[in-house]
Amino acid sequence: MDPKIETQKLNLYYKNNHALKNIDFKIREKQITAIIGPSGCGKSSLLRTFDRMTDLTAGARVEGQTLLDGKNIFDPLVDIVELRKRVGMVFQQPNPFPKSIAENVAFGPKMLGLTHQGNIDELIEKSLRAAALWDEVKDDLDKSGLALSGGQQQRLCIARVLAVEPEVILMDEPCSALDPISTLKIEELMQDLKQKYTIVIVTHNMQQAARVSEWSAFMLLGEMIEYSATHELFSRPKDKRTEDYITGRFG
Amino acid sequence: MAQVTARSKQKIATAVIWASGVVTALILLTIVLYILAKGLPYVNWQFLTTAPEGGLSGEGGISSAIIATVYLIAFTIALLIIPGIGTAIYLTEYAPDNWFTSAIRYAINTLAGVPSIVFGLFGFALFVTALHFNFSILSGALTLVCLLLPTLISTTEESIRAVPQYQREAGFSLGATKWQTISHVILPAALPGIITGIILCIGRAIGETACLYVTMGGGSAVPTSLLSGGRTLALHVYYLATDTRASEKAMATAAILVILIIIINTLTNWLSQRFHTRMVGRT
Amino acid sequence: MVCASLSFIILLAIIIFILREGLPAFSKIGIFQLLFGTEWSPTNNQYGLLPMIVGSLVVTCGSLLLAVPMGIACAILLAEVAPVRVRQMLRPAVELLVGIPSVVFGLVGMLVIVPTIRQIGGTGYSVLAACVVLMAMILPTIISISDDSIRAVPRKYKEGSLAMGATHWQTIWHVLIPAARSGIGAAVVLGIGRAIGETMAMIMVIGNAVIFPDSLLSPARTLTGNIAVEIQYASGTHASALFATAVVLLAFIIILNTITMNIFKRGISGTGNR
Repeated sequence: MDPKIETQKLNLYYKNNHALKNIDFKIREKQITAIIGPSGCGKSSLLRTFDRMTDLTAGARVEGQTLLDGKNIFDPLVDIVELRKRVGMVFQQPNPFPKSIAENVAFGPKMLGLTHQGNIDELIEKSLRAAALWDEVKDDLDKSGLALSGGQQQRLCIARVLAVEPEVILMDEPCSALDPISTLKIEELMQDLKQKYTIVIVTHNMQQAARVSEWSAFMLLGEMIEYSATHELFSRPKDKRTEDYITGRFG
Repeated sequence: MAQVTARSKQKIATAVIWASGVVTALILLTIVLYILAKGLPYVNWQFLTTAPEGGLSGEGGISSAIIATVYLIAFTIALLIIPGIGTAIYLTEYAPDNWFTSAIRYAINTLAGVPSIVFGLFGFALFVTALHFNFSILSGALTLVCLLLPTLISTTEESIRAVPQYQREAGFSLGATKWQTISHVILPAALPGIITGIILCIGRAIGETACLYVTMGGGSAVPTSLLSGGRTLALHVYYLATDTRASEKAMATAAILVILIIIINTLTNWLSQRFHTRMVGRT
Repeated sequence: MVCASLSFIILLAIIIFILREGLPAFSKIGIFQLLFGTEWSPTNNQYGLLPMIVGSLVVTCGSLLLAVPMGIACAILLAEVAPVRVRQMLRPAVELLVGIPSVVFGLVGMLVIVPTIRQIGGTGYSVLAACVVLMAMILPTIISISDDSIRAVPRKYKEGSLAMGATHWQTIWHVLIPAARSGIGAAVVLGIGRAIGETMAMIMVIGNAVIFPDSLLSPARTLTGNIAVEIQYASGTHASALFATAVVLLAFIIILNTITMNIFKRGISGTGNR
């Protein structure tokens, strides 16, 4: 099977800082891939190249390519709005807009001009159900998204991403600001979502990577050290540095 | 021993601070209370609704000054909003980091500190004389726009910058275009801050005198169009104080100005609190 | 974008216009004559700005001398010494005073300060009256910005100092004030800017006579007052001399701005608009 996302000799520079070094990486469709590594290893930067959020950072420069379904996303002809519709992102801090829950979910479709096709209320309900939030908020759709608890806010952000019907969902430490119970809910949700979506999660929590993902990559100082099936990586790491990291000898 | 000196020093210093603080506070509060106490007794319906008679006696009320103030401010704000907010959006969201941007910033910073009378001189030479708008509300309003532009740009810029970066990222990551993110995410979130900035500008326009003194002519008749001259409430205070003996009417007008400023302050405080709640979340 | 270019053009136009109208006066009258001439008499073609420059500087310095110590003391009181309830009452009052129109201060000056000074001697329209009125006008600005910058000092500095056994006053004087000095400096610079630029309140209390003030009770004229009093009937060289007055004012402001930007490394706009 062809990979959903493939990077070839991908390099990222912030001004003079070489943040990603020659990354070759394949992400399989409808599975969960985790990227782990110590702070500053480049795992979030790598994730942010997949929907070109790095464009927002002044002085960021990319070399090499990243293929989404075989097409280079850094090609100047690529429509960045179309790319970000296909590749959604959930951030470390839950970041709902200061708008109502319904408006939050409807935001993406509205911006993409999809609202006139079909019923927007249905889409809101479908997305919130898919994010396992519907039962908790169905009576308060007009309440501000900021009035929810942290875990609910994060699921609202996931619902917001689902509403634009992406193919890939990127998650940048989605649980690091949440309590254990909310974390568990998000992890369960991820298992449901992978039936339909390709998920890439960045986490500094190795147990989480081991629990949720099929594939794991270990990064260090901007390089991809090791990439294999999750149980392989955690039980029989091939590289000494991976072993040191997962056994807690540094990081 | 050292302990004792440190402690007595503390006592003396605290006493000095309290004393000077209390004196300062008293001076400042006395000014406001004095104006209100001297002025408010003369404020009544007739005062508000009759036009000043002009001349040395200072007879009459302030109706024409109220009307001129309202015209002036409405027209000024109408002209001010689009370039002010547009420039702020450009500077925060679009401006590349080059010499042109820094030139704009430098000009804005400098002009924010330029005395009102210098703007007045500019308005007098350009609008009153060169463009033949004469002494009029139009000339006054155009001059005020120049004076207030730097203020509105920098308050708007600040409130746009206060919108967290992650809101921007969320907008983009959902496939919104840059302009959609600005108009649907950033501007709504910054709106209370922007409105606060506009109200601050209204407050300054109400109190402004120097630049209007040399562009509006100061006639006491009720203005009939944008091209007629006039005097704002603040200018009326000046004319009453310097050209007439009606000091109690000057006080009454000043008291009205103070009350307007109190209202504006309350409004901006309330708005910035709301702005804060909106960014942090309602309960 | 169109908007930004539009406002940039407006802003640039103001500067260019003032310079274009004002610079000819420098060549016609002579820069030395204009800046250091002691006679200002448009009917006799005498255009010396020195009395007004001195007037502006004297009034500005005088009001600062009064306002800076009082303002900083008041800011310390608000930020550190006063109980919360006093603070909650005073802080909005200070903010209100920042917004009070300058004619209102001028009016109080005319009706209260000037008659009081007349008791001491002279007409009462004097440098002293101008200093007192200006002091009252710039005090609120100095207080509120200094208060903000003292309160912006990170708590850990204060806690660190107190934990070492320093008294509250030692902490204020040796830790908080030094840490807040750039903000306090900006407050003072902003006060200077406001004092130099003030026009109407000055016209109302300073007497506007073109003389070198020889005592605090003597009248004087400021640069701003010079423009306001004469522009409506000026023409020809006289009008350009008034534009030259504005150029001198602009020069003061640009020098002040440059000082603020370089020394305090924080634009006035950031701290100025609370």
